[in-house]
Amino acid sequence: MRFYKLLAAAAAVAFTAAVGTPAEAGPILDAIKQRGSFKCGTGQPTPGWGFTDSAGTWQGFNIDICRAVSAALFGDPGKTQFVVVTSQSRFPALQSGEVDVLSNNTTWTLARDSQLGFNFAPTIFYDGQGFLIPKKLGITSGLKLDGATVCVSPGTTTELNLADYFRANRMSFKPVVIENADEIRRAYFDGRCDVMTNDRSALAAIRTIAPNPADHVVLPDVISKEPLAPVVKHGDDQWFDIVKWTVYALMEAEENGITKANIDKMVAESKDPRIQRLLGVTPGMGAAIGLDEKWVVNIIKAVGNYGEIYERHLGPKTPLQLERGVNDLWTRGGLMYAPPIR
Amino acid sequence: MTQLAATAKDFVEPPPSQKDTPLLRLWRTLFGSTLNSAITVMVILALVWLVPKIVNWAILDATWTGVAADCRKASGACWAFIAEKARVMVFGVYPGEELWRPTLMMLLFIGMVGVSMFKRLWRRELIWAWIALVPVLLLLMDGRILFLIPVLPVVPTNRWSGLPVTLLLSLFGLVLAFPLAILVALGRRSTMPVIRVLSVCYIELIRGVPLITVLFMASLIFPLFLPAGMTVDKLLRAQIAIILFAAAYLAEVVRAGLQGIPRGQYEAADSLGLTYWQSMRLIILPQALKMVIPPLVNTFIGFFKDTTLIIIVGLFDFLFSVRAPLADPNWLGFPTEAYVFAAAVYFCFCFIMSKYSQYLERELSPERRR
Repeated sequence: MRFYKLLAAAAAVAFTAAVGTPAEAGPILDAIKQRGSFKCGTGQPTPGWGFTDSAGTWQGFNIDICRAVSAALFGDPGKTQFVVVTSQSRFPALQSGEVDVLSNNTTWTLARDSQLGFNFAPTIFYDGQGFLIPKKLGITSGLKLDGATVCVSPGTTTELNLADYFRANRMSFKPVVIENADEIRRAYFDGRCDVMTNDRSALAAIRTIAPNPADHVVLPDVISKEPLAPVVKHGDDQWFDIVKWTVYALMEAEENGITKANIDKMVAESKDPRIQRLLGVTPGMGAAIGLDEKWVVNIIKAVGNYGEIYERHLGPKTPLQLERGVNDLWTRGGLMYAPPIR
Repeated sequence: MTQLAATAKDFVEPPPSQKDTPLLRLWRTLFGSTLNSAITVMVILALVWLVPKIVNWAILDATWTGVAADCRKASGACWAFIAEKARVMVFGVYPGEELWRPTLMMLLFIGMVGVSMFKRLWRRELIWAWIALVPVLLLLMDGRILFLIPVLPVVPTNRWSGLPVTLLLSLFGLVLAFPLAILVALGRRSTMPVIRVLSVCYIELIRGVPLITVLFMASLIFPLFLPAGMTVDKLLRAQIAIILFAAAYLAEVVRAGLQGIPRGQYEAADSLGLTYWQSMRLIILPQALKMVIPPLVNTFIGFFKDTTLIIIVGLFDFLFSVRAPLADPNWLGFPTEAYVFAAAVYFCFCFIMSKYSQYLERELSPERRR
């Protein structure tokens, strides 16, 4: 994989040489408008996050974020071209303009934000690495895993975090390293390892396909920070603003109780100046960011607010059954906090 | 075999008995010696152990209809999953309301390939038919005549996916690579140093890097060198990468054939006063290509399967279309069924190719027929 890193670096160098001044106004947005659609880089199929349903349509949390951006830009969620990227090709793809935005569970880190020349939109999901373990072992805390056999995929930050966690807590573990996601799952269910580690949202998905999901439990311990956020590249601040504020608008709509169902009523009847500004009843916000005044209305009509997207793809009613937890609004004790839209 | 490797033992053995029935011969094949008997017994034991398991899994305990919950209750295969996802596994994200287009495209395509397989039908008209058919295939997929005049709803190439893409990429890849390969192979044996060096460089450069790298370059690095605002369709870039890559490999196969032609043939062609191209076209290449049919088909099959690598550049081939629905949260946990399905489809195509190559060898080599 080092080879691809090298290629990515070469691409980055060539890119900086070719583009030069990153302060140039809106080349990405111009290209998108000219094309009439934008290219959304989505990851390998992941339950809840992005997959093709039986009708051959993309569905998932990451997918809806892109649809929201499309609705804000064009007033139509269908102007998104989905491009599949792999974990090796995603950064070169963004650098070369093969995709305009990455929405594929990329973790926000300093190096990616600075060195690779990217900008991260606000976090759409605070994930963290955890442990999946059979209930019958009677273990309730990660700190009691001393000596455990752990299934982990190689070459990922997951593997490094695991080693860090056990070393920091002076425990030992035996890794069972398996590359393929399907095989690693099978190894865990066949009992080749005591415990499996991955991002907790992924573990929740794996738990659902156990022969008996109730026999397994995701431990409460979170051993790493994985803020997942959409990514754009340096060089077009207006485009970055649009992606950023689309995400904030989703949160702000939830905070103000604006849903897909009541949006028309809100536009017609709400007397709250904050809501009137948000929905363009009082004009100004759309013009400020360079979009139609109805941009938030278009977003909500297309995909609903943040909470609705969450409940549709990840929430307790879905097979993934993920509680909101830290991904709830700040008003309910979570981390989702949008700056004022004014 | 025995006629060639005759030993003293062969001569003392009695001639086959007059009452040699097929059954007896079979018995001798299976239990003729201790080693053969041991192998036979072992294979039978393995089959006894394996076949019931497979039959149980694939047929008796399998779930044919229903939802994921029904499948999880049963112990066998979940063919209901394949039935539910067949549309997306074959056609990927191609728009649902336009599915008749890729379906018709594949039927025309496979039908035309089928027709072209018969040696009796190899006439000039066939080439014209292909030249006429290709725009029709592209029209069906894209919706525009030659990507210019829209007549059907336009489906951009980023929605092309699944089996149609695999078939188009591999067939056009190989068909267009083949003439290029012949030119490069001739170039490598040329007496003109510039052409020879260029050909050698091309072959060695391409063979020196993996296909995945060439695709990576074509997809991600190449756009960086284009002037701003200029784009080349990604599918086309991948197609060109595959053509260039396949050509280098095929060129070496063709060169092997050229080297296998005895010197006398070249000299005979010269003495007839044929020009270089005439002698190649009429004498050398027909013999050389005939000799290398097995390695050619080998390369073809390899490239057919290598098209799965295009997923690295974000294009949906058949294998990826099979994998994408695996992440449907309502249908998690049936990867085996999906991969068995993919394997079956790949096997069909590859098996047909390999059988066809045997047929072709027989048809083209009447002198070797017995």
